[in-house]
Amino acid sequence: MDDLTFDYRYGFRVKENYVFKSRKGLDRKLVAEISYLKKEPKWMTKLRLEAYDNFVKKEMPSWGADLSAINFDDIYYYIKPTEKPASSWKDLPEEIKETYDKIGVPQAERDFLAGVSAQYESEVVYKSIKKELRRQGVIFLDMDSGLREYPEIVKEYLGKIVPSSDNKFAALNTAVWSGGSFLYVPKGVKVSLPLQAYFRINAEAFGQFERTLIIAEEGSYVHYIEGCTAPVYTTSSLHAAVVEIFVKKGARVRYTTVQNWSNNVYNLVTKRAKVEEQGVMEWVDCNIGSYITMKYPSCVLSGKGARGEVLSIAYASKNQHQDAGAKMIHLAPNTSSRIISKSIAKGGGRTSYRGLVYVSPMAKGSKVYVSCDALLMDEISRSDTYPTMKIKNKDVEVQHEATVEKIGEEKLFYLQSRGIKKGEAEGLLVNGFIEPVTKEIPLEYTVELNRLINLEMSGSVG
Amino acid sequence: MISLKNLNVYVSGKQILKNINFDFEKGKVYALMGPNGSGKSTLANILMGHPSYEIKSGRIFFEGEDITDLPVEKRSQKGIFLSFQQPLSLSGVNVFQLLRLALSGKKDPLALKKEIDTLAKKLKIKKELIERSLNDGASGGEKKKMEVLQAAVLEPKFLIFDEVDTGVDVDALKKIASFIADFKKGRTILVITHYNRILRYLRPDKVLVIIDGEIKKVGDHQLAEEIEKEGYEKES
Repeated sequence: MDDLTFDYRYGFRVKENYVFKSRKGLDRKLVAEISYLKKEPKWMTKLRLEAYDNFVKKEMPSWGADLSAINFDDIYYYIKPTEKPASSWKDLPEEIKETYDKIGVPQAERDFLAGVSAQYESEVVYKSIKKELRRQGVIFLDMDSGLREYPEIVKEYLGKIVPSSDNKFAALNTAVWSGGSFLYVPKGVKVSLPLQAYFRINAEAFGQFERTLIIAEEGSYVHYIEGCTAPVYTTSSLHAAVVEIFVKKGARVRYTTVQNWSNNVYNLVTKRAKVEEQGVMEWVDCNIGSYITMKYPSCVLSGKGARGEVLSIAYASKNQHQDAGAKMIHLAPNTSSRIISKSIAKGGGRTSYRGLVYVSPMAKGSKVYVSCDALLMDEISRSDTYPTMKIKNKDVEVQHEATVEKIGEEKLFYLQSRGIKKGEAEGLLVNGFIEPVTKEIPLEYTVELNRLINLEMSGSVG
Repeated sequence: MISLKNLNVYVSGKQILKNINFDFEKGKVYALMGPNGSGKSTLANILMGHPSYEIKSGRIFFEGEDITDLPVEKRSQKGIFLSFQQPLSLSGVNVFQLLRLALSGKKDPLALKKEIDTLAKKLKIKKELIERSLNDGASGGEKKKMEVLQAAVLEPKFLIFDEVDTGVDVDALKKIASFIADFKKGRTILVITHYNRILRYLRPDKVLVIIDGEIKKVGDHQLAEEIEKEGYEKES
């Protein structure tokens, strides 16, 4: 069967050309086989197998979005391509290309999305970045290479903040992970440029079960960006990723995600950071696409004066459910956390904010700020808020605000009276609504995100 | 310019305007007065095409074209402008973003930015108000000035000012009135007001008095002075 297609996250309908492709479904033997094919150390094989056992044992989470339609037996868990997929711009589905044109995706990103990144012009730029990173001692690899080249670091950290026993999908990821990023920033090093996954070319980089590990040593700084605003088309239905971040004393890490999976994807991601004394962790999380997303970036504030932030945007239109939020676990004195969540539901879409803030008896003098705002574009859409606060000592400052508003007819009339079409007026209002978050992300992403919102509102995409 | 023919307008089933007939001539200034709830703002809103008002019968013509069923933004594009009685605040949207979209590329963004800054200076609108979300933390007078600024940029043909003088101090009123007086040249202006104060600056060609949804009297600016002295009782 020559014309089979396989799923390559950014590669779209790439012709199948593989040395190994697993059968559908998962068992212990396949997990061991994956590890064997990747020539992994024994401890990793063991970790994967334990994770598989946890995956089998763990119940499906029933407290959030409806996951009952996921059929684990109907999924390919491992595919090893022979070489880089050679796809091109013209292989992309027409509607995806059209969207790219409309939102003005830069050429480099388009090529990347089309899987032709190896040829793109900015390879020169990439090389100089790589040189600079090497000079600073920064390690930036895909996760498989990371494990091969720095097994001792990976062994020390992987699975330590998100153990496979954490939840069913973290277990699944640990059992079958492939690709993702490995980023190590040495003590005192400040990486000036945001690092993006697409700098890491020539790698078996992305997949349904990517695993990312970031270690920021004392006093270091790095900003990592994943995803893109352009819709990512895939025929696979499950994306279960795990991201673990270790923020050491006085270090600062910002992790920005712009997610726009096509609307058949279950996007179930566990993201967690451990933040030590005076460290700062910032999650900026924008979810536009997917069928169902469940994602609650977390910070475990384990050192004195540690700070955690989650700024998020969720947009759900017809047949979409964005169940997103944040978790802040205060374990040390004078820690502070800030959660700002903005969600928009349109055309029957559903957004849920689900948040947990836990302040331990130890965490005296801590500060908590939670603000979640939902915007409903019509009568048929839905938004819910599930905030949980467990405050275990009295010396804590807590602020919590939540609003739900309907897009105002008066505001639309006002804008229309200035000559602005209804769809464009909605776009302007929605972009204004999410501005507190979009101002935190790099400008080119903001511009694309704003264009995407405008397109969604005027109904010409989707 | 604008002709109203036998207009009957309802809001949530209640009749607000009754059989309104009137022709607004090009280049003239009109004042519309009347007690609270008499239908002044309703008239402004139906000229702009507000969706909550139902025109049960009658037609509105703009430069000879029937615009009764025309969408709001199309009316604006044809040259109708409404300065709101209570201008709204828009979070995350500043006046530059709004006008850039409103002009949809008709002016170069840099030129537009400069024009806004110049107008703001002339109107004495604080710079931070221009950069901030529209009308965020603005006083009554500042909000009204922001409406006038938008009118100046959009260069409409028919301008409606709905109580642009309410909640405005004397200095702001002078500024606003002098701007509106400048708009006069070749444009048609409809000023809705309770007070003669602004009309002294604007010298309307005609004053319309609307009571209980009907145009009860049309006169010159003397009429506005009479009303200020004696109220509407005499007119009804």
